[in-house]
Amino acid sequence: MTTANAVDRTETATIAPEAPGFDVAAVRADFPILAQTVRGKPLTYLDSGASAQKPKAVIDAITSLYTHDYANVHRGAYSLSEKSTSLYEGSREIARRFINAESTREVVFTKGATEAINLVANTYGRSFLSEGDEVIISELEHHSNIVPWQMLRDEKGLVLKVVPITDDGAFDLEAFKGLLTERTKIVSVAHVSNVLGTVLPVKEITQAAHAVGARVLVDGCQGAVHIPVDVQDLDCDFYVFSGHKLYGPTGVGILYGKEALLDAMPPWQGGGDMIATVTFEKSTWAELPAKFEAGTPPISAAIALGAAMDYVSALGLEKIAAHEHALLNYAQQQLASVEGLTLYGTTPGKCAVMSFTMDCAHPHDIATILDQSGVCIRAGHHCAQPVMERFGVPAMGRASLGMYNTRDDIDRLIKGLGSVRKIFG
Amino acid sequence: MAGTPQETIDELAENFALFDEMEDKYGYIVDLGRQMDALPDSEKGDETKVTGCMSQVWIKPTVDDGDPPRLHFRGDSDAFIVKGLIAILLKVYSGRTAEEILSVDPAEMMHRLELENHISPNRRNGLVSMVETIRNYAKRLREKQEA
Repeated sequence: MTTANAVDRTETATIAPEAPGFDVAAVRADFPILAQTVRGKPLTYLDSGASAQKPKAVIDAITSLYTHDYANVHRGAYSLSEKSTSLYEGSREIARRFINAESTREVVFTKGATEAINLVANTYGRSFLSEGDEVIISELEHHSNIVPWQMLRDEKGLVLKVVPITDDGAFDLEAFKGLLTERTKIVSVAHVSNVLGTVLPVKEITQAAHAVGARVLVDGCQGAVHIPVDVQDLDCDFYVFSGHKLYGPTGVGILYGKEALLDAMPPWQGGGDMIATVTFEKSTWAELPAKFEAGTPPISAAIALGAAMDYVSALGLEKIAAHEHALLNYAQQQLASVEGLTLYGTTPGKCAVMSFTMDCAHPHDIATILDQSGVCIRAGHHCAQPVMERFGVPAMGRASLGMYNTRDDIDRLIKGLGSVRKIFG
Repeated sequence: MAGTPQETIDELAENFALFDEMEDKYGYIVDLGRQMDALPDSEKGDETKVTGCMSQVWIKPTVDDGDPPRLHFRGDSDAFIVKGLIAILLKVYSGRTAEEILSVDPAEMMHRLELENHISPNRRNGLVSMVETIRNYAKRLREKQEA
């Protein structure tokens, strides 16, 4: 314990702030997992884009719930269930504030962003789209925002159109406008690309889509963690994100939908908590948002996600973003000095995601060697095979930053890439 | 390769023990891959592909007409470390009889060669698949001999 503290203090002393008002040393101290060493080397976690680490506030929320306040929600007349319910619904209010939704009736807990997209495809899509209608997605989408629409297309005889990206990884807004027609019913795009870091112009996309009467779903998995989100300002119809990339637990995500749309949509899964009345002849549905939350929800995950959003909000997402951008600039400069390295996604204002290949080694070789030095990056197709195809590579390495990363992390990455060159070059 | 599979494992383990630096150890693994007589692209298809690997891996067996017959393997991967690991496995397994191949305890071999320490769990699954594929070929050959 004493040794660990001593190490922490030494490390703290070397961390210079990247952005004013953001104390990254204090932030790191909130994430217990970061204090560990791997093979005797400090843990260098550069895979927050896949899943972020958890602050103590999130871990404590789970422990505290199960230690003091746990019961099923929306059911018991006893005080423990009321406590649990009020924490669960309190978390919904935190989520509402986090994305500035108008009402908590517009905030549905799902098991993740993937489920949220599937919910919209299976309810809105099945009810309001018919043969020949069009769904537009983009070339940089995660598989979660491709496959549900392909399944719907095959079932309903829809047309799936794909907006191309440019060589620097930008969403081609003009090409998108050219694809819109009177038959376009849904536009479903990422807020931020999980491979390229590109920030999509979702407000402009929404305006153009609304002009032809289409609905817009924004996949905010990589957006809500890097950019303050105001769904009323964006005016999108649906916004989805997962908890675990936002420093919260796995097994929970948020579906935001405009109330009038959610009201018009039929439920997806049937079960407890989503009904008003049940007889063998007929059931009627509960009010929003319960209509879409069949069965016992992920209670502890939802409550801990509230703690994660509170933690992020207290630090300030603008400040976190400023820190990440400063670090991204430093990292991109350093990466540019690595011989034989190609960086994908170079749009201005991109988020802190760096995907790359090296001419001397396969991304899996790179990740294996980096792992020897305790550096964690992702290697593979990143659930975005069309992006790999667009750039003509089978796989990429990806370093993605979170609020707790520092220049030391980047320096260790660069040093590890030096080892890669030495071994394979 | 002369000697028994076990002697080959001992020899490889001794070579690995010579390296103190991670970079040297991996350099040796990569060199073994480079020196290997790799599978030509024309033979890399679904039939020779091993499932369970994060990177792509192919292994192709041939059986000679010796008595008893021996299995010879050629393999390849698009990742250099994996290719090196294939080369190591083939030093142990290629040119052996079915009995010799099946006499090797895979878990013990991985432990001796410190392969479990050198590769990520995802990758290790790939390595396990490779060993399983080789052992399945040997089992089939043994069944054929018995029939």
